Amino acid sequence: MALNYDQAVARYDPTLGLEVHVELNTKSKMFCSCATEFGAAPNTQTCPVCLGMPGALPVVNAKAIESSILIGLALNCSIAPFSRFARKNYFYPDMPKNFQTSQYDEPICVNGYLDVEIETDEGTKIFRVEIERVHMEEDTGKSLHMGGATGRIHGAEYSLLDYNRAGIPLVEIVTKTVGGTGKYAPLVARAYVTELRDILRSLGVSDVKMEQGSMRCDVNLSLAAIGSGDLGTRSETKNVNSLRSVERAVIGEVIRQSNRLEADQRIVQETRHFLEETGQTRPGRSKEQAEDYRYFPEPDLTPVVPDAAWIEELRATLPERPSARRKRLQNEWSVPDKEMTSLVNAGLLDVVEETIALGAEPSRARSWWLGEVSRLANEKEVDPTTLISPIQVAEVIALIQSGELTDKLARQVIEGVIAGEGTPGEVIQKRGLKVVSDDGALMSAIEAAILAQPDTAERVRSGNIPAAGALIGAVMKATGGQADAAKVRELLLKHLGQN
Amino acid sequence: MAEALAAGTTTSVELTEAHFAQIEKVDVAVHAFLYLDKEGALEQARVSDAKRAEGEVPSSLAGVPLALKDVIVQKGIPTTCGSKMLEGWRPPYDATVVTKLKEAGIVILGKTNMDEFAMGSSTENSAYGPTHNPWDLTRIPGGSGGGSAAALAAFEAPLAIGTDTGGSIRQPAAVTGTVGVKPTYGGVSRYGLVAFSSSLDQAGPCARTVLDTALLHEVIAGYDRKDSTSINAPVPQVVKAAKKLDVKGLKIGVIKELQGDGFQTGVLNRFHEGLDELVQAGAEVVEVSCPTFDYALAAYYLIAPSECSSNLARFDSMRYGIRIGDDGVRSAEEVMNLTRHAGFGAEVKRRIILGTYALSSGYYDAYYGSAQKVRTLLIRDFNAAFAKADVLVSPTAPTTAFKIGENVDNPLAMYLNDIATIPVNMAGIGGMSLPCGLADEDGLPVGFQIMSPAMRDDLMYQVGGTLEAALLAKWGAPLLDNAPVLAAK
Repeated sequence: MALNYDQAVARYDPTLGLEVHVELNTKSKMFCSCATEFGAAPNTQTCPVCLGMPGALPVVNAKAIESSILIGLALNCSIAPFSRFARKNYFYPDMPKNFQTSQYDEPICVNGYLDVEIETDEGTKIFRVEIERVHMEEDTGKSLHMGGATGRIHGAEYSLLDYNRAGIPLVEIVTKTVGGTGKYAPLVARAYVTELRDILRSLGVSDVKMEQGSMRCDVNLSLAAIGSGDLGTRSETKNVNSLRSVERAVIGEVIRQSNRLEADQRIVQETRHFLEETGQTRPGRSKEQAEDYRYFPEPDLTPVVPDAAWIEELRATLPERPSARRKRLQNEWSVPDKEMTSLVNAGLLDVVEETIALGAEPSRARSWWLGEVSRLANEKEVDPTTLISPIQVAEVIALIQSGELTDKLARQVIEGVIAGEGTPGEVIQKRGLKVVSDDGALMSAIEAAILAQPDTAERVRSGNIPAAGALIGAVMKATGGQADAAKVRELLLKHLGQN
Repeated sequence: MAEALAAGTTTSVELTEAHFAQIEKVDVAVHAFLYLDKEGALEQARVSDAKRAEGEVPSSLAGVPLALKDVIVQKGIPTTCGSKMLEGWRPPYDATVVTKLKEAGIVILGKTNMDEFAMGSSTENSAYGPTHNPWDLTRIPGGSGGGSAAALAAFEAPLAIGTDTGGSIRQPAAVTGTVGVKPTYGGVSRYGLVAFSSSLDQAGPCARTVLDTALLHEVIAGYDRKDSTSINAPVPQVVKAAKKLDVKGLKIGVIKELQGDGFQTGVLNRFHEGLDELVQAGAEVVEVSCPTFDYALAAYYLIAPSECSSNLARFDSMRYGIRIGDDGVRSAEEVMNLTRHAGFGAEVKRRIILGTYALSSGYYDAYYGSAQKVRTLLIRDFNAAFAKADVLVSPTAPTTAFKIGENVDNPLAMYLNDIATIPVNMAGIGGMSLPCGLADEDGLPVGFQIMSPAMRDDLMYQVGGTLEAALLAKWGAPLLDNAPVLAAK
């Protein structure tokens, strides 16, 4: 009888370890001045250095060091006064030098932590995830296996190599073993990676797009019988490419390992691959015959010795921690939890904050971004923040607030801005969308409506105020929706002797 | 030559053509060159002459021809490093040294022969056959830069660039009666120098006189932001020092450990005579001891192979060089293996295996780690010695040029040839070799080595210039006048 997750965690205690690789968004590569833009034609962003040409030498990207230090500071790490690069030697066609220049035993940041919040049966709880190290390295190129059915190396007719990615700066953030989470291990893992992603995004050091591979997570997991005090043999699961997958990979490994242990089978120390479709993992290469990387200090680079004053300058620039900021904004804007979550998940927090700072009412700023703009973005399958700027949204909201636009007209303005017709002002002018608030024009429409519906008008005259709705509707229709409904109501009631 | 160019009595084109004529005459016998860039060189010469006619002279060596060791990349010019592995490869970029040579208006004649990937002391490890010593064609011209040194001694070029990882500039200079300098580590950019051992490699100037060497030194030296290990400081004034011809008050330290067993008598005799000349010129001689030198060779043969095993990993047939066995069936790994098996020579393979072993887990501390400790101790020895003396001296090599083939089956004997030059690389300081006479036993040139503290390269030029002048006065003519005139074949 196979154990399910709940049964597994009732008998076994999981220990986590998370290794997150982040591609830094520096303009140039780690050791040369080649561009790093995603999606360029193959091998167009290369030079003698990142192609490993004979005689070429690396030079460390100072911006990458700055980003790494910022990450370390944000994760409460000590910044090493002296750190070095090493060579990790192994042969692979997509690695130009057949060694990866990486920090090894002397990383730039050590001994940090990150507190993450999760919802437990006993309410919100904080778990401290300890960080062992943050180190810098370079990415490899990419192999494309052509002609086979699977796109994998086996069965391929030939392979192509793209070195655009070779030498892109990577930062690897490695936790210490995370124990004591019990059944919450999957939640802690997900919360950690989420929080980490948010922090990295707030630092502006990486695009942190898991689906594009600019943030990748390896999940290490081992189990030990509850109360045994042992540490079991761990597996390392790669290819975990979304936050949800992080959670699922932990669950999958807990179930797999517990069932092996139940059957008295050994856990093999190995690399496994996460399968998105099933939530399970399959074995990769076995680490039992561990590859000998023959690390030694990189003789082509001098040690990294950051100035203490510079580190303090960087510390002073650290932004507010994203989770704290979320709490603060939620309070300031009085947003319900659910809507706040929607804003965060949609990545709209920054633009909404900016829109509000430009004078928009918080509730309007939220609803326009989350509503109309997001709806149009969904239609076009793009990020809403790329469609329209906070300045433009704030401008539209200001016009609504002053009564110059109705919600209906505002939707048309936003649509026009997104369609590239210009600024909100230009769209209003071109489309003639101004609210009709000219008393004379409105009055003639009102009189026409009263003439058309004399009975309704009479009911209003005799005090049935709600009956005015039908007349207001007629005026709105007559003005093509461009009238300011409040103004129409005011004029109409006055005309019929009410208030 | 530079003076004749300046005086207008010759042109760069004439000089370049004359050197190609000499090369044509003697290089069949010497085999100093692997590639001649006649068209490119003559074009550079024409440009240099035209500029001079317009009053534009970028350096004092403008228009003078030069031979470039084939381990330094020059855009579009085949660079093999003496290896089959890189046959046919034309680099897509210029080394910083090459850029500086071009900017100085120096005419690059072609690429010179060398031990494969600069590993060797005789040029016998070249995949393209050995270079012969112009003093005796049956003998080696030293290595790894035997091609550059032989080109100078055979008057195929007046200037040359070498690289020195354990003595590859100085030992060839010693056995060919020419001058060669390994600058302070970081003094000359390594960008574009195909790496053998990154922490030891250093490009340097070679010529027939100390002053010519100094002039070339100032052309190629200086900070380069493309080489993280290059030193960001003013270049020592070596030309001024070479012209000083005065050593009064300078202390010359003779290294006790570099003159005993294993050194040929004739070598020691000439060395001591050289020392006497310096004393007569007003220098004070002191004896210094560097006990760690006994371990220098062993440590070198751990560090250099370790770094080389990693540096040479990139030669895998994927991006450049030869490719063997790519039949559409074999895997990339198999093709890499076949290519590396066919492309590398025996000495290179030996060192890759040594280095791979020395870095492997479980052995790292005992081998690479210990070797680095020896290096630290060596630096301490040098510091102590430099506290007592301004420069240190020794014979450059323990023997004169040996016969081609004499040591090919005995790598240990071959390695011992570098016993006096290796400590300089290990400590990253400067070293020069200049001729100090012919050995009594065989009538072959002997090299006098001068070592100076890091970034005080000027001191070795000052002492070298003075010694050269004293010896010239004594001999009445340059040593190379005693070399046999090579007949055309």
